[in-house]
Amino acid sequence: MSQILQLFILLPVVGFLAGLFVPRKKERILSGISIATVGLQTLGILTFVIWWLTNRAPTLDIKHIVLYKSPEFEFFIDFYFDSTTAVFALVGAVLTFLVTVFSRYYMHRELGFKRYFITLLLFYIGYNLMVFAGNFETLFVGWEMLGISSFLLIGFYRDRYLPVKNGLKVLSFYRLGDICLILAMWMSHHLWHKNITFAEWNRPNVVLEAFQGHYLQAMFIVVMILIAAAIKSAQLPFSTWLPRAMEGPTTSSAIFYGSLSVHIGAFLLLRTYPFWQHETVIIGIIIAIGLSTSLVAATIARVQSSVKTQIAYASIAQIGLIFIEIALGWHVLALLHFAGNAFLRTYQLLVSPSVLSYLVHDMFFNFSPRTTQGPDTVFQKIKQAVYVLSVKEWNFDHLLHRYLWRPFKWIGRKSGIMGPRWGLASLLALFVVGATGFSLKDQLHFEFHQYLTLLFSSLALAMVLKAFAEREDATHAWLTALLSQFFSALSLLWNKDIEWHQTGIYLSGTVLAAIVGYICLHKIESKEGEISLNEYHGHSYEHPGIGLVFLLAALGFSGFPITPTFLGIDLMFTHISANQIVLVVLTALNFLFLELTILRIYSRVFLGQHKKMYHPVAFKSS
Amino acid sequence: MNFSGQNSANGPSVDVVTPILPTHEQIAAHELYSSFDEHHVLHELKHYLPAQSALKDFIHHNSLHAYQHLKFYKAIFKASKIFGYQVTLQLQEFRQLYRNGRIREVVLNRVISERKGSDQLATWKKNLLHKPYDASNTPRIGALRAHWKSQFKIDLDTQVQPLLFRILCSYLDQGISLWQFPTDQKGFLSAIQSLERNGFTSFFKTKRARNLLLQGNCRISDLLKIVVGNEAYYEQYLFDQQFSHQGWSGLVSAVEDSPQALLDSKVISLHDLIVFELLLEIDALDAWLGKGWEPLCNRVTAPPQNLFADVESTELQEVFSLWQDAFEWDYYDSVLAGLGKSNKNSTQTKIARSFQAVFCIDERECSLRRHIEHVDPECETLGAPGFFGVEFFFQPENGKFYEKLCPAPVTPKYLIKEFGAAEKRKHELLYTNKTHTLLPGFLSTLTLGFWAAVRTFLTLFRPKMSPAISNAFAHMNEKAQLSIENKGLHDRENDLQIGFTVEEMTARVEGQLRGMGLINNFAPIVYIIAHGSSSANNPHHGAHDCGACSGRPGSVNARVFAYMANHVKVRALLLAKGIEIPVETQFVGGLHDTAADEIAYFDQGFLSAKNAALHLKNKAAFEKALDLNAKERSRRFASISSKMSIGKIRKAIKDRSVSLFEPRPELGHGTNTLCIVGRRDMTKGLFLDRRAFLNSYDYRTDLEGKLLPGIMRPLGPVCGGINLEYYFSRVDNYKLGAGTKLPHNVMGLFGVANSSDGDLRPGLPVQMIEVHDPVRLLIVVEHFPDVVLKTIQSAPEMYEWFINEWVHLVAVDPATNQFFYFKEGVFLPYRPLTEHIAPVQDFHTLIETATEMETNLIADATGENLPVMLVQG
Repeated sequence: MSQILQLFILLPVVGFLAGLFVPRKKERILSGISIATVGLQTLGILTFVIWWLTNRAPTLDIKHIVLYKSPEFEFFIDFYFDSTTAVFALVGAVLTFLVTVFSRYYMHRELGFKRYFITLLLFYIGYNLMVFAGNFETLFVGWEMLGISSFLLIGFYRDRYLPVKNGLKVLSFYRLGDICLILAMWMSHHLWHKNITFAEWNRPNVVLEAFQGHYLQAMFIVVMILIAAAIKSAQLPFSTWLPRAMEGPTTSSAIFYGSLSVHIGAFLLLRTYPFWQHETVIIGIIIAIGLSTSLVAATIARVQSSVKTQIAYASIAQIGLIFIEIALGWHVLALLHFAGNAFLRTYQLLVSPSVLSYLVHDMFFNFSPRTTQGPDTVFQKIKQAVYVLSVKEWNFDHLLHRYLWRPFKWIGRKSGIMGPRWGLASLLALFVVGATGFSLKDQLHFEFHQYLTLLFSSLALAMVLKAFAEREDATHAWLTALLSQFFSALSLLWNKDIEWHQTGIYLSGTVLAAIVGYICLHKIESKEGEISLNEYHGHSYEHPGIGLVFLLAALGFSGFPITPTFLGIDLMFTHISANQIVLVVLTALNFLFLELTILRIYSRVFLGQHKKMYHPVAFKSS
Repeated sequence: MNFSGQNSANGPSVDVVTPILPTHEQIAAHELYSSFDEHHVLHELKHYLPAQSALKDFIHHNSLHAYQHLKFYKAIFKASKIFGYQVTLQLQEFRQLYRNGRIREVVLNRVISERKGSDQLATWKKNLLHKPYDASNTPRIGALRAHWKSQFKIDLDTQVQPLLFRILCSYLDQGISLWQFPTDQKGFLSAIQSLERNGFTSFFKTKRARNLLLQGNCRISDLLKIVVGNEAYYEQYLFDQQFSHQGWSGLVSAVEDSPQALLDSKVISLHDLIVFELLLEIDALDAWLGKGWEPLCNRVTAPPQNLFADVESTELQEVFSLWQDAFEWDYYDSVLAGLGKSNKNSTQTKIARSFQAVFCIDERECSLRRHIEHVDPECETLGAPGFFGVEFFFQPENGKFYEKLCPAPVTPKYLIKEFGAAEKRKHELLYTNKTHTLLPGFLSTLTLGFWAAVRTFLTLFRPKMSPAISNAFAHMNEKAQLSIENKGLHDRENDLQIGFTVEEMTARVEGQLRGMGLINNFAPIVYIIAHGSSSANNPHHGAHDCGACSGRPGSVNARVFAYMANHVKVRALLLAKGIEIPVETQFVGGLHDTAADEIAYFDQGFLSAKNAALHLKNKAAFEKALDLNAKERSRRFASISSKMSIGKIRKAIKDRSVSLFEPRPELGHGTNTLCIVGRRDMTKGLFLDRRAFLNSYDYRTDLEGKLLPGIMRPLGPVCGGINLEYYFSRVDNYKLGAGTKLPHNVMGLFGVANSSDGDLRPGLPVQMIEVHDPVRLLIVVEHFPDVVLKTIQSAPEMYEWFINEWVHLVAVDPATNQFFYFKEGVFLPYRPLTEHIAPVQDFHTLIETATEMETNLIADATGENLPVMLVQG
């Protein structure tokens, strides 16, 4: 019976694929497919849960497909089912169903009707993959889909500046979470020398051995999971992305940021709970994060003067409490709290436009003028200070920008010396030397290998950052990013006994995607002239087809699970030893900024206000 | 589709690209004014900023009201060049309309020949149809502040605006936040100052700007000295700055002018906003560039630009205006042809009427009137502005405020109070803001959360009225009484007289009846039917209500008017003035919900036994008419098939008005194009597809046109305002409209923005304007041209609408039935080109087979609007 689990992934995939082939104006069919898919899924899950409950709710685990296998590495998809899965799958299905039905007429005649329903199904596939995942790899596939569909739905109104800008902003947070998960996966490969399944953590000795034998490594894994969870659930200090994600149609904001997406962090904690449940330090940290978040977010919610941001912060505050409940092991409460919060915030967001007439009516009959301010006491002063701080969202956005992102931008700008002419030539020369010298690898000293590895890896990162900070030429940035991936591969080749074909797996998708993307950019340039990255061009207005192909290329390039590169990334990381901290940090940063760079290029070239103003174009501030 | 700007071999050589740099004359002129006059600039800014106030009072107005002193085309192209608005359809859209036959060749030929001479016809036609033009528009606004990015590598707007908007919204907030902005009611700047004086935390990142504020050293010119440097650029800079967020600036300006626009009134001024924004700019620049940055103008080489300098006329503008004229006249021409065919100047004696029903002139009532006349051919319908000539403030029982129930420009001296049947609206638990706090939020998520799931489910599958839905019928409690009659000199409140005296009532009833030409032949029952609109999840609900009642339902007005007209003393005074209303005639007020298609009748208990029986019969007729009306409306709605049974259609129409997922409960004033002032006989034989404001007026009772000014004066501001707001929201929904409703986020209960950090979006959302053909209003008046001319010239502010061509005007000479078109100050004869007007064979077939637009692009969308047709019988 546990074989049925895979159907819950398959069904949305079928719906998604079917939707792709429906013409864009066929609204009834498009929404019908989504409603039918999610409706069936809801019934299916409901039936399954009832069956499962009557069978005394066993924990199910099924190893499904092995995607890649080598002596030291196995990549497989694994499904898992327990009470956490049951609640998340059920709440997710019900909410998605309600929202798709809501959207049927709500989205009528909206430009991008098809895009909306397709992206919603993509999101739903990702969500189910995560919820049913039995190991990190499966979960990560879903995690990535969730991230990309978020990016696409936040930037749904792609002809305006703010949605596109905020889409990228949210993506940068999410990407940080991705990298944390990749690192957690990397470390767990080394810790257990295999892809651990969540089911194995239910055996106390597995966990015990890990912590006793490799305390730091095990802690590293937990901390990475924790950061990823905090980011996805908008906990401190990462809260500011959530209100800014409310850019798409109200329905998508409701389901993503009111309910499902934002609770994924809580899900991750619940899922990994058996692993860290005995670590008091971790429990303490989670409680501290949850408590501070709930206090701060509740304060910020009090001063919000727009409906959606108020709901966003109110939701964050409750998730803070859910974090605490999870850490304390009160999982039934946490699951109930999750379900209640998800339903409530979804409803509140869906009806948020009616707040205007409801509250104005309320004021009309019940308004009493505010009492004037009290005396200038210290308490008043503190209160006012907190008010100001809360309006500024406690400066978290500013601080993160200043201390997290700006240093990298600075490095990127300083890396400008590597191009365009002499710098590039010497880099190419270096690459050729590095690659040909590889045949001499055995004759060189091991330490020398290590230096080369680090050198190439640093260069790769510097190149990605350069492309990230590029303001001039889009094509140049694109090629720089590609080159960096070659250097990255080269550094790993020098690192260990990695096989050529494994590097091939990694580079194959990248190169193919990069070529396709290059052709797209070239086409645009030949039609529209040079594309500077200093501004948004909005070329998808005239060239939506090229825009779509380029988006697919960009996703393939950055390791989205549509090309072998996705597998390759995991594979490459496996070849970094647990003690190569510098190398792993460099490589992780490389992947972090690669995706941001690639999607930044996509955004600037194809999204935002259209540059040619022969038709109505939005104000930047709208 | 980037057309080259090169001139083709044919056609006059006109450079279509206007230079961005000012000419020498302009610079010279500007130097004269280079000393900065703060007062003048603030005044100018306020003049040009959008004038939309809080959404709860949605008053339609001309989006480009600031240019109304200019001729229409000159004005719109000027606005376009200065602010970058799109002001007509796009060139390829016009061409597509021509290819689709929506703009007929004969009409186009005539428009060109009349404007350019017949010898130029071929040339201009070629220009219009085929010549490539570069239609891209680089506005003047924003050019100066763009130097921050190009010269200083700082995106100042992104640095400043999010925080600025959040602080503004918090300050003005009406009741979303649980914790309100600490203020001493002395004003915006003063409130910020006192928060900053506190010292623990600050809105600013750096010291200098904060110190400037604390020292009170912030005259606009001093701050501009720091930021801009050169006085000659100050004005341009401020325009650039304020128009980079015209939504917020417009609201601040509106609240400054009328603080009562917000229930929780706030003291703020555009001056304060500018000072604070300049301080935030200094702060951002200090933080980004470090100390010692130069003022902007040290790195600007272009001379200061007079934004409002004349805009050079271009060939492309000519092309656009010819297309626009052709698009408009294609429709007008068939309307006039139809009027010519259907107008029965009946001389027969009046027949006895079964009942009379007075509706608002609103074009949504146009179809209902047609149907009720069809159901009961003996009835008579009339149209008058929906406040029915009674202007007052209304205070619902237990209400803490007054609501204005008359056209926006009028300030009433009267107050009508509701009493005797307080009915509290139920609370909606899911809306309580306690759910946003920590511990109550915790408890409510665990309880209400699951209720919310049930509610979402019910919302989708069993939509019904709830306290959170704005209900047109709830505007007034029909069981309550109204203080309509004044009780004496001391019966006053807050400087308003409570109710009307008998004389005042008589004057209003007489004026109204005479205006409509209803002075004899009264039926046993005269219905006064106001209108309102119920809708769910709709911050723009005010835009669907009655425009003549300041965007509210007109139920109170209808009831008040009926009371007055039924008053024995009023009847007696009316008789003395020559209007004899038979004793058995009774007036009944009512309210038509234009979204749900339902009618409620007020004070039915007063009806005599005989009239009560008649009323029952009439009600059944109204029900039938509502059935047909619902069917007619249903053809445009995706959720309803017009082929369904009437019962199902009625249910579906009603459901739309209470469905939270329905962004188009109704289509508001979409498609409004005509305003016909005259007897119903003029239009009775025409199917106008709900596009006409119908104002009853009988020239025979007013041969000298004494009443006409009173009737025509509001047409510009009310009907013209509605029409132009729809026009501009349609042609540029991005800059002049509110964009799509779907991402809207309610800000402070007074406006909507697209996201948490966005500018307010005045104007109409796309869901309201997509069925609208952007054409100006055509006013047709049945009277002698010289009388009409005298009328419009009687007041300059009325004349401006016509002479500057913001609305079109045609007079129908009642003696000859000839049309006269008003142009350049004179009436010229007009002969319609349209020869054939198709008859409506069968109403049901017409509605069931009408096409529904595939996309909301104009070429598709306009196909949904039916042509003028003749109605049988």
